[in-house]
Amino acid sequence: MAAPDAAILQQLRALAPEVLGILCRRTKDFAAAEDAVQEALVAAAQQWPVQGLPEHPRAWLVQVAARRLTDEVRMAIARRAREETVVSLVPAEQQVALAVDDGASTDDDSLALLFMCCHPSLSPASAIALTLRAVGGLTTAEIARAFLVPEATMAQRISRAKQAIKDSGVPFERPGPEAFAARLGAVMHVLYLMFSEGYAASSGDAVMRTDLSGEAIRVTRLLHRLVPDEPEVSGLLALLLLTDARRAARTGPAGELVPLDQQDRARWDRQAIGEGVALLDGALPKGRPGPYQLQAAVAALHDEAPAAAQTDWPQILALYQVLRDLSDNPMVDLNHAIATAMVHGPAAGLALLDQLATDARLAGTHRLDAVRAHLLERAGDLPGAMALYRRAASRTASTVERDYLLAHAARLHDGPR
Amino acid sequence: MKYMLMMNTPGNGPYQIASWPHEDLVRHIQFMKSFAQKLTAAGEWVTGEGLSGPDQAKRVRAGHDGKPITDGVFPESKEFLAGYWIVQVDSAERAYQIAAEASAAPGKGGVPLNMPIEVREVMSEAPREWQE
Repeated sequence: MAAPDAAILQQLRALAPEVLGILCRRTKDFAAAEDAVQEALVAAAQQWPVQGLPEHPRAWLVQVAARRLTDEVRMAIARRAREETVVSLVPAEQQVALAVDDGASTDDDSLALLFMCCHPSLSPASAIALTLRAVGGLTTAEIARAFLVPEATMAQRISRAKQAIKDSGVPFERPGPEAFAARLGAVMHVLYLMFSEGYAASSGDAVMRTDLSGEAIRVTRLLHRLVPDEPEVSGLLALLLLTDARRAARTGPAGELVPLDQQDRARWDRQAIGEGVALLDGALPKGRPGPYQLQAAVAALHDEAPAAAQTDWPQILALYQVLRDLSDNPMVDLNHAIATAMVHGPAAGLALLDQLATDARLAGTHRLDAVRAHLLERAGDLPGAMALYRRAASRTASTVERDYLLAHAARLHDGPR
Repeated sequence: MKYMLMMNTPGNGPYQIASWPHEDLVRHIQFMKSFAQKLTAAGEWVTGEGLSGPDQAKRVRAGHDGKPITDGVFPESKEFLAGYWIVQVDSAERAYQIAAEASAAPGKGGVPLNMPIEVREVMSEAPREWQE
């Protein structure tokens, strides 16, 4: 089998949600349609590089997937016939080919797909996997590599997610106006988590891993194209771009973590920063701020500072204050404490951390320890900082982060040279 | 043949590397990274993970109602599993060789730790009569 080249793969992935949307509309059976499209994608990845691109790639995929579905229906009928001797009078071809053109565009279908895959009844991990396959057009093997689990495990996770959607009876359609905002929020949350998963992994031995951050940006771009007037979607896309722009500078030559204030800013992706800032400039004047726009604004302030020392911390602090009013998120509280320390000194930040220590979502986590260690170090309490860096190191589940925290503690232990 | 190589550390408190000087710590981490890269390049790497420290560990048993009973921190245990590798090799001797290399990971002052590595064969072979 010839390996499909990057251009073909890209085209296939872009077509995947459109083809699946068409099939879903015809069959009303998401699970079966999704399987059929996956098989069509695999067939295309094998045949196109050898036989050349078909004249109408999308039509080709729809046809192959529909044929696959027809076969499925035939087999189901045969099974039923054997079991019950009741045979449908509708030919198998027509059972799936009864598509009536109800005027829905492929864009409507893609959006409906996204809403379905990111349905709140699914766990985030399942929603991410399903979105990658159904909307992103990735194979199960590629998704499994992203999560470092065996392919069979991932196949099972995806099929359970599809079953959950079936059981919940979610219709394949754009949600009504009253549910729209909440469901859009769920979609954005899944995409944000998909990005974070990839971003956290990008510092590890990542060569073989599927680029989840890149996939999250691609699907968020699609979402942004489908609902261009939603400022929070623009904000999310901006946030992902502005964060991803620092990716190359985020790890050192040996894969070690490089904190923001020590990164080589020349390695930041200026084009991504420009795009993110432009998105934000388009969204903020709409006067409907939200957590993604505000976090993107913080990221933009970091990205636009020529040097760490020139970061506009007062404005970042102001943004975190608005964010705190807007959302109940312990990570926002932590960042707010850091910004406070940067503006008003470490003691002010530490006082805020004392209040946060009672939050069950933060208590006992390595994040709280790491931030406190950092502020203690700035306040000159080196033994206290060292102990907390070590405790944070023993609590994190990330090897890269552990190495970073231990190295920090060891440096303090060694003392100034 | 697959072998599991288990690295054990003293079981009281956090890992000993937490108290090493920066230079020694970095050297040790570097060693572990290039060790993994070498095994991968040789086609022998299957998987490997580092585990969080003894102070984070829990021992779990089912109670009479089947619910988990957890019990934490084991100051009495002499040895503690800190991490493992699974390698695919042609012979037990090769697995021992790899284990010896891991055992000699640099410690304080760059002196080889010569820590004990437990080597166990993973039972992943097909039953004999099914082979061929």
